[in-house]
Amino acid sequence: MLIYEQSQPGRRAFAQAPKDKPALDGVPTELQRKAPPALPEVSEMQAVRHYTRLSRKNFSIDTEFYPLGSCTMKYNPRACNSLAMLPGLLSRHPYAPVTHSQGFLRCMHELQEMLKDVTGMREVSLVPAAGAQGEFTGVAMIRAYHDARGDAERSEIIVPDAAHGTNPATAVMCGYKVREIPTLDDGDVDIDALRAALGPHTAGIMLTNPSTVGVFERKITEIAGLVHDAGGLLYYDGANLNAILGKVRPGDMGFDVIHMNLHKTFSTPHGGGGPGAGPVGVSERLIPFLPIPMVGKDGDGYRWLTDKDCPQTIGKLSTFAGNAGVLLRAYVYARLLGREGMVRVAEYATLNANYLAKRLADAGFELAYPQRRATHEFIVTLKKQAKEQGVTAMDFAKRLLDYGFHAPTTYFPLLVPECFLIEPTETEALDALDGFVDAMIAINDEAHSNPETVKGAPHTLPVRRLDDVRAARELDLRWTA
Amino acid sequence: MSNDVPSDLRYTKSHEWVRIEDDDIVAVGITDHAQELLGDLVFVELPEVGAQLGAGSECAVVESVKAASDVYSPVGGEVVEVNEALADAPETINQEAYEGGWIFRLRLANGDELEGLMDADSYAEHAESEDH
Repeated sequence: MLIYEQSQPGRRAFAQAPKDKPALDGVPTELQRKAPPALPEVSEMQAVRHYTRLSRKNFSIDTEFYPLGSCTMKYNPRACNSLAMLPGLLSRHPYAPVTHSQGFLRCMHELQEMLKDVTGMREVSLVPAAGAQGEFTGVAMIRAYHDARGDAERSEIIVPDAAHGTNPATAVMCGYKVREIPTLDDGDVDIDALRAALGPHTAGIMLTNPSTVGVFERKITEIAGLVHDAGGLLYYDGANLNAILGKVRPGDMGFDVIHMNLHKTFSTPHGGGGPGAGPVGVSERLIPFLPIPMVGKDGDGYRWLTDKDCPQTIGKLSTFAGNAGVLLRAYVYARLLGREGMVRVAEYATLNANYLAKRLADAGFELAYPQRRATHEFIVTLKKQAKEQGVTAMDFAKRLLDYGFHAPTTYFPLLVPECFLIEPTETEALDALDGFVDAMIAINDEAHSNPETVKGAPHTLPVRRLDDVRAARELDLRWTA
Repeated sequence: MSNDVPSDLRYTKSHEWVRIEDDDIVAVGITDHAQELLGDLVFVELPEVGAQLGAGSECAVVESVKAASDVYSPVGGEVVEVNEALADAPETINQEAYEGGWIFRLRLANGDELEGLMDADSYAEHAESEDH
């Protein structure tokens, strides 16, 4: 029941109500509302019960193991929240003068420096407010670079089919044609197809490394050489940065631009559409085009860098400088880990994924790339179960919820049939991983002995199997009384 | 899982079918195998009547709850008719991929291009091999 449906005229919730009547001095009368806003009128206890009940319906990283491949659903340390919410940071107005913002600006400058160091890029701008905006920024800078050189013939962005799913959309948003190239059976990019696709029309290539099939692209330096020789630039999608954090740097692989998802790799809250943070890092040749405002350092003082400092910038992406609260959480996370800790993130993320892959393979599950070592994620294909028992990856996913595990990513990447993309992250302990394997084995047994139980799942959640086809065909998001 | 592959149609590697209806008019859709891989369709983006298509060019989009997929024109020509009914009932492609699920009709620019398409046997083999 929605809280609006519980509303009764005259009820008040004192704990949630504003303490003082807001002062309206100076607001012209004609702009002041005549009728009160249509807010629900409930008691304090009703409000508490309503939201507590809703929170218990959440399936979240705070309550369950959440191995959602390519999304890096790691635990968000509470220290990041409490430090980012220190009163001085929380009450700082974005228009506050630089003299009153030195602490905040120093945090942002140090975050820029740390991200440069860990990715091997020459400069970083923190302003993109989400991964998608980071991608847009990256390709917009590639376009600005070619335009600045008068190189107008470059109309294509190459995207391997194992790249992150948003890449083709980004290229199109920036006015490019997408040229897809295939992946070989071992998960690496098809170099011959790349050679054939490259030419004077190539603006760049968008790669995810490790790719969405969960393996490291071994020929990355050869790819970088070929693309650069053709006059194109290399874009690194940071979706899977967690696997290599502090171990290998995209800048050293030859990438010209990278976006980082701080809500993945740097453990800021994630899901439900944001707020996110998608900073971009660039190589030497793209520095002039970075979005503003960045944070600069003069002597001991910090200041905003604007278009006066960066005349060739692609400009601003939003009114201010991205999601400050998210950037602060990522800053605290990076400081808590330190340089040594960041390496351990990649090591344990990779160890956990390989442990899970080995245990599931030993239990009879089929790995999509058994000949390759997993990175921080790996793919199981359930096509045998689908063919023989009629129990699909979607059925397994729904049944896992009954066992108290969030489902892995299903049916992505598209090139593997009936796939589960599994990413445990470094923050899970051994017993959680073993529990997941036990659940997968139990569901596989059910698929043989009692397939209807799996096909009808979930059975224990607040809602049963949702009709996602009908939801897509007859979308209705409006509530009417 | 074996899908219907009518013997009187021509096919592409990217899972479109072509039916020769008149001297220079062909109907185009996606195969039964393709609709099964995609799952329940929720949206179809149709080409414009009058559009000039090259062989292999992107001309329509089929979207399911799992994925959105481009449809490529198997042969070159001008779009003379599109299946408007799919806008309200994309599931027709799931139900009858080769009949009510046709997507558009094309006036052929060059009839020889039909020779490059696969027959039913070659397509069935191709679909099987992609199924690993």
